[in-house]
Amino acid sequence: MSRRIEVDIKVPNQTKYLGMIGRIGESLAYSLKGFQGNRRELAYHLNLVLTEALANAMCHANLCDPDKDVKLSISASDQDLIIRVYDQGQGFDMDAHSKLMAKTSDEGGRGIQLICKLMDEVEYLREGDSNVLQMIKFLN
Amino acid sequence: MQLNISEQGDIVQISVQEERMDAHNSGDLKEQMLQLFDDGKCNLIVDLSAVRFIDSSGLGALVSGFKNASAREGNLKLCCLQPQVRSMFELTRLHRVFEIFTTLDEAQASF
Repeated sequence: MSRRIEVDIKVPNQTKYLGMIGRIGESLAYSLKGFQGNRRELAYHLNLVLTEALANAMCHANLCDPDKDVKLSISASDQDLIIRVYDQGQGFDMDAHSKLMAKTSDEGGRGIQLICKLMDEVEYLREGDSNVLQMIKFLN
Repeated sequence: MQLNISEQGDIVQISVQEERMDAHNSGDLKEQMLQLFDDGKCNLIVDLSAVRFIDSSGLGALVSGFKNASAREGNLKLCCLQPQVRSMFELTRLHRVFEIFTTLDEAQASF
């Protein structure tokens, strides 16, 4: 029977923590037993989706307020990896962001699209007084 | 962000001395390039050899530099990308926008 690993993390709403959280994603890629693909590539992709999701929560939802916190949870089994990033902002239209392709000349607008490209299921949900960006990767 | 900046003729080389280019530090590169444009420099090479990780903010800073250089009839070219950084340009189709060179010498010779 597969055991699920669950980790909850809370970091101050400061972008200097992006690297630390990204490295947790990289480490995770090398410990997911169910994954049969390219682990080096998965490590980069998990680093990236965590970085993008946290930066979005910190800068857009929490408006770069250094006194706020950002919470995330990581849940991994042999079958899937579920990452949830919480914010207390106004929320945004996930469908619109994921469907609009950033033009190559655009300076911004690629973060959510990259997450949608690299993860298998992405949803932006309302839970109590928080918004949750839920990202799922199926491992086999 | 740690940047090494040198000039060869009218070409400015910016060597990014960071392992990561993300939302924490990419604004520094953008600001530095805007300063160079204000000083009349519009032909830039950004050397990414030290960069192991780039996110959408890092890509956005480079697009900003490219657009500003182009608007001044200059150019911003890239060199020395690590394979996973290059894959980000391909994933976002930005490899069709930037001229990307394997070495700094090749980038310099292209101007």
